[in-house]
Amino acid sequence: MTAAVSLRAVSRHFGSVKALDDVDLDIAAGEFFAMLGPSGSGKTTCLRLIAGFEQPTSGHIEIFGERVEGVPPYRRSVNTVFQDYALFPHMNVIENVAYSLMLRKVPKAERLKTAEAALELVQLGGYGARRPGQLSGGQRQRVALARAIVNKPKVLLLDEPLGALDLKLRENMQEELKSLQKRLGITFVFVTHDQGEALSMADRVAVFSEGRIRQVGTPEDIYQRPNTPFVADFVGSSNVLPPALVERLAGVRRYASLRPEAIRLGGEARLSGIIVARSYLGPVTRLAIDAAGLRLHAVVPSGADLPGEGDTVGLGFDSAALHLMGAEP
Amino acid sequence: MSAIDTAPPRSLGGRLGDLFWRRPGLLVALMLMPPALWLGIVYIGSLLTLLLQSFYSLDEFSGLVVPEFTLATYAELLRPSNFDIILRTVVMAALVTIASAIIAFPIAYVAARYARGKWKALFYLGIMLPLWSSYLVKVYAWKLILAKEGILTWLFGTLHLSWALDAILAIPAIGGNSLSVSYIGTFLVFVYIWLPYMILPTQAALERVPVNLIDASSDLGGTPAMTFRNVILPLAFPGIVAGSIFTFSLTLGDYIIPQIVGTSRLFIGQAVYTQQGTAGNIPLAAAFTVVPIVIMGIYLTVAKRLGAFDAL
Repeated sequence: MTAAVSLRAVSRHFGSVKALDDVDLDIAAGEFFAMLGPSGSGKTTCLRLIAGFEQPTSGHIEIFGERVEGVPPYRRSVNTVFQDYALFPHMNVIENVAYSLMLRKVPKAERLKTAEAALELVQLGGYGARRPGQLSGGQRQRVALARAIVNKPKVLLLDEPLGALDLKLRENMQEELKSLQKRLGITFVFVTHDQGEALSMADRVAVFSEGRIRQVGTPEDIYQRPNTPFVADFVGSSNVLPPALVERLAGVRRYASLRPEAIRLGGEARLSGIIVARSYLGPVTRLAIDAAGLRLHAVVPSGADLPGEGDTVGLGFDSAALHLMGAEP
Repeated sequence: MSAIDTAPPRSLGGRLGDLFWRRPGLLVALMLMPPALWLGIVYIGSLLTLLLQSFYSLDEFSGLVVPEFTLATYAELLRPSNFDIILRTVVMAALVTIASAIIAFPIAYVAARYARGKWKALFYLGIMLPLWSSYLVKVYAWKLILAKEGILTWLFGTLHLSWALDAILAIPAIGGNSLSVSYIGTFLVFVYIWLPYMILPTQAALERVPVNLIDASSDLGGTPAMTFRNVILPLAFPGIVAGSIFTFSLTLGDYIIPQIVGTSRLFIGQAVYTQQGTAGNIPLAAAFTVVPIVIMGIYLTVAKRLGAFDAL
């Protein structure tokens, strides 16, 4: 099976800045793929390379088996939902959605019909005559989505698509995007800095840091079995234990991650520390613990008998919860 | 300790500050007062007086203004000799505007899209520098450039292209003895002098076109030409219209350039100058000044209809 998108040793340098450095990546057809990373990690550059707004400094990119270096964006069967939507302010909603059809000289009646159908798909049927300026953020987001899918691209790129929406709207849109992707069967590649979003929506996730991909895998892989301290910390806010401590606990000199929810208070204590902060999150309470200079987080069931700030507690966990990673940070 | 610092401010500044904080409208009113008075009384007032004058007439025998309402002056304005002046000025203003827009757009486009850092500073310097030198000096310099013994004639001669210059000068109506005494000369100087006023607003408008709209158009299948036609040009249009308002109205009103470079035939500005000066016909001069106002009114209405101000 051909990959929808593959990157082979792709680098993109801006002067001395390596925005993307020797990246290999395969995205399968029909997959919902997330590129996750902090800002400046290279994920957006990667997306722009696939869209064609940037050209790689070296390496090559294939979309459904075809090399696309030097192919301008307007000749790629890839469409993008931009972070700030990039709707044309001088056109109304239906003209925005029908823009690509208009460029292809699709007859007017037909393109209006197709565009209206795309608007209905994103639940904005009947909004065609409005101007982008008259819509709310969530509605603009949907128009941008309709405009990008109206042509049935082979790959849909989404750049921080939900970044500007408030929490409630974001959760709704997450579900909608997911079901839309299932219905259309298009490969979705979306960029986000929100680990929760990446884990809940994507089939697979690539974690970016400093222009490189640190790990690619299913959300469960990334969350349960991070392969570097960076991934453990960024994706799961997992506790990263330094090699010296891990040697004492497990006998090998490597970094290890320990999930906050794997830590128990009391019982057979393997570490001890002082509680420095306590945040109540409803069913669970999150504790920040200072264990001899190492800051750990624990998430424990809420209850009346929890120790308070300043209390010394013993921390227990199963050996299996200690996930060993590499020796490098 | 009290939650509020209740001690009333002692100083005048402090009390005024509190007053303006409570009544922000007062501050705005105070700040707007001087320009509003100036605009309302001195400018609009004089303009209305001027308009009033245009409805008076000149007594042919005594040479005095008869302060009685009449349309006779406007009838005089439509006489062929006067109407020619209007037509000549409007055609010139329109041509100057179109030429300025065509020349300005690529310059503004490069400056807005590609020039960065010191290149941008250089661009502004290049555009603004001519504005810092005297207008008269520039016009007289052009008279020398365009004169029969001037550098252009020499250049055409050196390039063995004198026949081309002669052919241009031989064109009836717009040609002449030399470029400096032809309509072509007047046109060239007008375009040169007003060009910055077209470049700057166009550049500002182009700069405001977000790059991601260009990316979006390209992403949706727009070749550079399609993107230019469907996205960049419509969004830059208000800037071009703003520039054209400058070039058009400035050309309509100018009376120095056509006096120094060009034929002896009058433009509106010169007509006003002679009518209110040597001829002493204030009503006719006033009627002439009404013409650019009316034309600009029509121009702005059409521009608005075309949607030039939608994006403002």
